Amino acid sequence: MSTQQEQPPQTEETEPGEESADTEPSPQDRRMAQKASRQAEREKAAEEAEPTGETVHLKVFRFDPEVEAKQKPRFDDFHVPFEKGMTVLDAVIYARDEFDSSLTFRHSCRQAVCGSDAFFINGRQRLACKTQISELDQPVRVEPLPHQEVIKDLVVEMEHFYEQMHAVEPYFQSEDTPPASDLEEQRQSPENREKVKMSTRCIWCAACMSSCNIAAGDNQYLGPAAINKAYRFAMDEREEEELTEHRLRIIEQEHGVWRCQTQFSCTEVCPKDIPLTEHIQELKREAVKKNLKFW
Amino acid sequence: MYEHDVIVVGAGGAGLRAAIAANEAGADTAIVTKLHPVRSHTGAAEGGINAALREGDDWELHAYDTMKGSDYLGDAPAIETLAQDAPEDTIRLEHWGMPFSREEDGTVSQRPFGGLSFPRTTYAGAETGHHLLHTMYEQVVKRGIQVYDEWYVMNLAVTDEPDPNDRTCHGVVAYDVQSGNIEGFKANDGVVLTTGGPGQAFDHTTNAVSCTGDGHAIAYRAGVPLEDMEFVQFHPTSLPSTGVLISEGVRGEGGILYNEDGERFMFERGYANNAGELASRDVVSRAELTEVNEGRGVNDEYVYLDMRHLGEERILDRLENILHLAEDFEGVDGLVEPMPVKPGQHYAMGGIETDENGETCISGLYAAGECACVSVHGANRLGGNALPELIVFGKRAGRHAAGEDLGEAEIVTGYGEDVEDETDLDSPVQPGRAGLGESKAAGEVATDGSGQLTAGEDVLERAVEAERERVEYLLEHDGTNHADIRAKLQEAMTADVNVFRTEAGLKRALKVIRECREEYQNVGVADPSRTFNTDLQMTYETRNLIDVAETITLGALVRNEFRGAHWRQENQRRDDENWLKHTLISWNDGEPNIFYRPVILDGEEKTYEPKIRSY
Repeated sequence: MSTQQEQPPQTEETEPGEESADTEPSPQDRRMAQKASRQAEREKAAEEAEPTGETVHLKVFRFDPEVEAKQKPRFDDFHVPFEKGMTVLDAVIYARDEFDSSLTFRHSCRQAVCGSDAFFINGRQRLACKTQISELDQPVRVEPLPHQEVIKDLVVEMEHFYEQMHAVEPYFQSEDTPPASDLEEQRQSPENREKVKMSTRCIWCAACMSSCNIAAGDNQYLGPAAINKAYRFAMDEREEEELTEHRLRIIEQEHGVWRCQTQFSCTEVCPKDIPLTEHIQELKREAVKKNLKFW
Repeated sequence: MYEHDVIVVGAGGAGLRAAIAANEAGADTAIVTKLHPVRSHTGAAEGGINAALREGDDWELHAYDTMKGSDYLGDAPAIETLAQDAPEDTIRLEHWGMPFSREEDGTVSQRPFGGLSFPRTTYAGAETGHHLLHTMYEQVVKRGIQVYDEWYVMNLAVTDEPDPNDRTCHGVVAYDVQSGNIEGFKANDGVVLTTGGPGQAFDHTTNAVSCTGDGHAIAYRAGVPLEDMEFVQFHPTSLPSTGVLISEGVRGEGGILYNEDGERFMFERGYANNAGELASRDVVSRAELTEVNEGRGVNDEYVYLDMRHLGEERILDRLENILHLAEDFEGVDGLVEPMPVKPGQHYAMGGIETDENGETCISGLYAAGECACVSVHGANRLGGNALPELIVFGKRAGRHAAGEDLGEAEIVTGYGEDVEDETDLDSPVQPGRAGLGESKAAGEVATDGSGQLTAGEDVLERAVEAERERVEYLLEHDGTNHADIRAKLQEAMTADVNVFRTEAGLKRALKVIRECREEYQNVGVADPSRTFNTDLQMTYETRNLIDVAETITLGALVRNEFRGAHWRQENQRRDDENWLKHTLISWNDGEPNIFYRPVILDGEEKTYEPKIRSY
């Protein structure tokens, strides 16, 4: 504190107001002036844009088993003001918060990791949060995921999907050579991690399952997401061979990998770019190599 | 009525870890969550898990860095527990199959993070949280732990004792989002709240839409103090349009911040001459906003974060998902352009007051993870310290709730003889209830303090009845839409309770919060359906946000000093003489009661002497 007081205040020599009268404005002042003028320009532009404001035309699927007026499925039209960078999720949220608070859909992280807002948007399974409105033709049709039972509006029953995910025993089971201590990790080569990396990115959004023709016709088919989950463990070198074989047996059952007809629809819609079809084919090859029975 | 030994509310990192620990301790454990577990916000965490694993590092260094990072507002017993337990708990994740990034020899990789004296952040690409969440959910599936997903917890069932320290929690009341049924969940041994952060109190946040402070609010209304709520971390690198987080890993790997003039301002403007971009988050956030406020921001709004010089190979190896985030949410290719970034609300250092075993002052009620304040982060959390907090204190809370002996806690909780009351708060408004008028359904507090109701079943039954009535009322009542109130609240918080704070601004925010409370008296739910009524759920959440916002703002108003993430215009110094103490706010007879408790700087072997925090 005392050292600060010893320093003479630096502005004392000039009278207030003097510097601005005779000298150039400081870079700081120039900047602030620029900032103020840019702000004014933006406000003006926003004002001018307002009356002719661009809107997005949404056609949103509606259904509620309980409310009489909504028991018959229909599409509602919403016209939402467009903003640069707007996603389908932003638009649907706007419609709910401003026009109809009963509009129902799942969403949470709005950054493509929670996997809860997969909808059928303009005829394709997509995450609403990572789909830019500007990339779509209008009107933008927003529907629940096909081939899943609709609970209400855009919300579908996910229970069956979760059951299929659980059916492949989706948990690490290695107990072959347990590490010597609680502080010693198992080793995994960077190459092996790289091999399973894409498969570990699944966010359980069910877009792939919904896009799959086979899954639509065969309710017991494990489906691309669950098989990918099996791949994630079967290919992880930290699990011993016996376990890998156990995993291959699960996925080569009647409603497992052999059902896949390599139509690539799952791979096309996956929001995490997981090469699902490739993973399924690789597991078929592994099953053959291990001389497992196939159907 | 459902009945279990331990009921965990929430299924993010802390909740899953608590459930696994309780299950391993032999308790019949259930998870009640408003999402499905894999939808939890822990999945969005990017950076990593701090744990002293390697030669040259040890838990004491980790504890020291954390105490310094906290600006000496962390409690030593909590910080030392974090640093001691983190290595084993991190390696346990590896044993459960977590796909950590690896070194050539197959061991897990570690990288440098802001404020750390050793590169001790263990990570899995830039998507560590996703892998942590999924790995732990897999273990929950493996153990067959019961999960009630898409059940929204509305309230706690707590006995009626006048003093919160004498109360007992017997369970929770929850709402089945899919069917609309309201049921009681009886917890024979304990309830663990792991409901995450309250980021939705702000309109520019990295937090998920589900982060509405539900656990904070129900514990608060049951009489548990909320601790150090004024300490809100703003992350320096969130995308301007959405608030989507760009991991500190980018700076950890060598990413550089530029202003509009192309200056590397962290150095060139002297904000952090040694650590530069790797200074701690509060320092970098203030530097960025200062650049913007002084006219050197890009488009007067943000600065640039540049990682192009790291090279495509390294970016793809370690920061690949950052490329996707910048592309999908901002339309920027991080390989050829710098990314626009600005500070966004990111993490609540404060929360439900607990001791190092996760227990609150109400018997049988625990909290862990971001909703809790144990307190390890103090005034400022270091990057990479949230995930170890989840696993360490999630585990401890689960075990303790299941009846395991973890030893006597050193941290004291609740209102007692060791506290100092706030005497000179000049509040511009009379805080009030955000209930529903005088109707019976208002039931603002979880307990009436009469000392009448003590038997578990009775307590639960009354709580269930109150929520059923409240829902009836809301569904039948036409009134203000919660979304209008929420938007108003969020705007006020971002305008005046942000990185920079002034007394006038905080009082302005309190006025708005009070208006929101009043408007909430007349709230109504337009959707009459019992099926998946998100309108109703969000109406509940909005009330919780009002309580949380008020405690943040009140805490910020009384703490008239500059510490960690809490910057006050009127006092630009850390004031150790008066403020080496925690702010506690408890809900008492329809209004907030503010009191203080000294920080514990005495560790196992040594005392942490407050030093100037420079980077």
